[in-house]
Amino acid sequence: MSDFWRRFRRNRGAVVGLVILALVFAMAAFASVLFPGSPWDMATAPFVPPGEEGMLLGSDSLGRDVAAGIAHGARISLMVGAVSTVAALFIGVTLGAVAGYLGGWVDDAVMRFTEFFQTIPSFVFAILLVAIFTPTIGSVVFAIAVVSWPPVARVVRAEFLSLRSREFVQAAEVLGKSRIAIVVTDILPNAMSPIVVLSSLMVASAILLESALSFLGLGDPNLMTWGFLIGSGRSVIRIAWWMSVFPGLAIFVTVLALNLVGEGLSDALNPRLARQRGGAA
Amino acid sequence: MAFSRRGLMAAAASAPVLMRASDALAQGIAPRRGGTLQMMLTPEPPVLQIGVNQQGPTLAAAPKMFQGLVTFSPTLEPLPLLAKSWTTSPDGKEYVFSLQENVKWHDGQPFTADDVVFSIMKFHTELSPRARAIFTLIETCEAKDPLTVRIVLKQAFQPFMLMFDATAAAIVPKHLFDGRDYRTAPAVQHPIGTGPFKFTEWQRGNFVRMDRFDDYWKPGQPYLDTIIYRIIPDSQSRRLALESGQVLLSQASDIEPFDIPQLRQRPNLEVNIKGWEYFSPLSWVELNHRVKPLDDARVRRAMSMAIDRAFIVNRLWFGVGKPATGPVASTTRFFDADAKIAAFNVREANALLDAAGYPRKADGTRFTLKHIPLPYGEIWTRLSEYLRQAMRQIGIAFDLESTDAGSWARRVGNWEYETTINFVYQFGDPTLGVERTYVSTNIQKVTFTNTGGYSNPQVDALFLQARSAAAAADRQRAFSEVQKILVQEVPQIWLTELSFPTVHDKKVQNVITTGLGVSKSFDDVFIAG
Repeated sequence: MSDFWRRFRRNRGAVVGLVILALVFAMAAFASVLFPGSPWDMATAPFVPPGEEGMLLGSDSLGRDVAAGIAHGARISLMVGAVSTVAALFIGVTLGAVAGYLGGWVDDAVMRFTEFFQTIPSFVFAILLVAIFTPTIGSVVFAIAVVSWPPVARVVRAEFLSLRSREFVQAAEVLGKSRIAIVVTDILPNAMSPIVVLSSLMVASAILLESALSFLGLGDPNLMTWGFLIGSGRSVIRIAWWMSVFPGLAIFVTVLALNLVGEGLSDALNPRLARQRGGAA
Repeated sequence: MAFSRRGLMAAAASAPVLMRASDALAQGIAPRRGGTLQMMLTPEPPVLQIGVNQQGPTLAAAPKMFQGLVTFSPTLEPLPLLAKSWTTSPDGKEYVFSLQENVKWHDGQPFTADDVVFSIMKFHTELSPRARAIFTLIETCEAKDPLTVRIVLKQAFQPFMLMFDATAAAIVPKHLFDGRDYRTAPAVQHPIGTGPFKFTEWQRGNFVRMDRFDDYWKPGQPYLDTIIYRIIPDSQSRRLALESGQVLLSQASDIEPFDIPQLRQRPNLEVNIKGWEYFSPLSWVELNHRVKPLDDARVRRAMSMAIDRAFIVNRLWFGVGKPATGPVASTTRFFDADAKIAAFNVREANALLDAAGYPRKADGTRFTLKHIPLPYGEIWTRLSEYLRQAMRQIGIAFDLESTDAGSWARRVGNWEYETTINFVYQFGDPTLGVERTYVSTNIQKVTFTNTGGYSNPQVDALFLQARSAAAAADRQRAFSEVQKILVQEVPQIWLTELSFPTVHDKKVQNVITTGLGVSKSFDDVFIAG
């Protein structure tokens, strides 16, 4: 573990990303303390510029506090990112493991199924799903999960294909372990590192996807999200730039942090790769 | 973003006609011949044949090409148009219209009384539900001679004249429609009317062009040579086009309310909020009375009292429009200023709900209602967000559901909603535009009927009385009484009297002169300087 941390720490960007991420988490956790009450409450006059009348980041077209919206929105964005990634991992890992371990026609069938999903542009597909199931937080998470599992399935399948013929797997088979036990206790732990790296990037793209949906007015209308803030600020950008800029920065910083952390995880989990990259640079 | 870029390009492609002019203009300036008036049309209508399409953009543009027998002043008095004069019999059943002489259709054919009879009895009666409801009261409609039309009603109907504006019953050419399918006749794609401007060109997604009709029946008019309606899909591009002088006039919902304060500051632009007296759109929170506890008048009254209408007008609509005081807009005939809904008072609203037996639960709410924001643009979503906060103050949780325009109309039409927002035109007279929302005989699975399902025999009787009375004083009595009942019962929670500002360059003269705003012929509009 300390070895892992040491390797992670060597990547400066990753450490910065982790700090930013911790701050975003703190902001989400303490949103109700920092900004008590609902972020939908009208706190002041509309279009108050940042820094005036106690509005740190200004107010929106209804006099709502943009800073409160960003803090409360952090919860939704992180929650959507985490839940939809878990759901996508569940689908992707299951299908990938089945395909990679069993091989043969099962592999073919699962991969054709996966490719079918991969051929549909993911954002358009997500819009379609949300529009069909009416925009609620559940349908948004569902849509993001449905469009983001195929890469997981492919990565997991590739890992399983290479691991299943290794000696330790053969040993387990000879010992008479059940297939499920082999998959879960022997192969999966050895395939974890690419999954961990991939999932940190998936959280980032899920946050982006949710923001894009909310921006288009396809978010849950009862939840304050970053995408909603930008979407509602778009048409008044000439009057109130702060309505779009600050939530945009929040998304940018968070997604960047997640990507940096993902990079760091990749370095820490694949020391050989990291050294090669270090050498090349 | 893609939209705005396309809009900018469309605006940039327009020839920069008439950009320079002196700003200082005195009123009552002598009309000047010539010039092109560029405006905008939002959204682009499917066709411009009035009657075949009755949506806002068509009603704004088509009266340049088509005319009614009359039009209306801001106080809703009839003004002569295709009818030079008219008489009404003392019992209110017979109307005789004398038509203007030397009126020609754009294809050169003469306009006669036969066209009027055809338009009323066949064209609009078949196409428009609104016209059908009124024109079925006609017993006979005949051309006494080529310039005289006589109409006899089965019973007296005082608001009858209000149906003869171009937006309600434009006169269309019989020789191009009779015997054909009105919706697919060739004239639908190339409108032929009697108006001051004739249809020239329509590049879909780009512009509609109309040119001066040289044989127009008013001598010396119209003053403008050309009218161009640009199609600019993005609201910020529309504002830019207006600010840069590429278009000289914006109407209806071309400009977002939050842009109005900035436009008021510009010395060359005039922001006019008049011209909506005939339509008088009234917005309200539409309640489905089949959903408990919305059938309880005390609940509805408490919800109404929890809403700060001045906030809605000042903060959301930036001062454009005014708070509603009841079911009839103040600009509609027979409005009774004494019948007023209870004032904004959150404390009393809470007390009313407590007394009515809807206590707050542990989480602070009394009950939850679903709410569908009106999908007609951002401002309506903001309104629903405000309402959710207002309802929270009295312990009612509003759960917002997003939907698109088609689903909204379907769900309201099928009574599949709990609460939503609606706004409805009043057409000058409560019998034409108010009655339909409250009488139990009009509970239908059709939008803009009594979809809420409110039913009160007394209200039914009073509206019927007002409908059939021949004298205005009798009608006023019935309408005053019904307004007093309705403000107590609050069947729908009226919010604001909407008005859509017309913003135009000050050198464009005579823009708003009637109660129909920009939905007029523009034969007297000119560009000074």
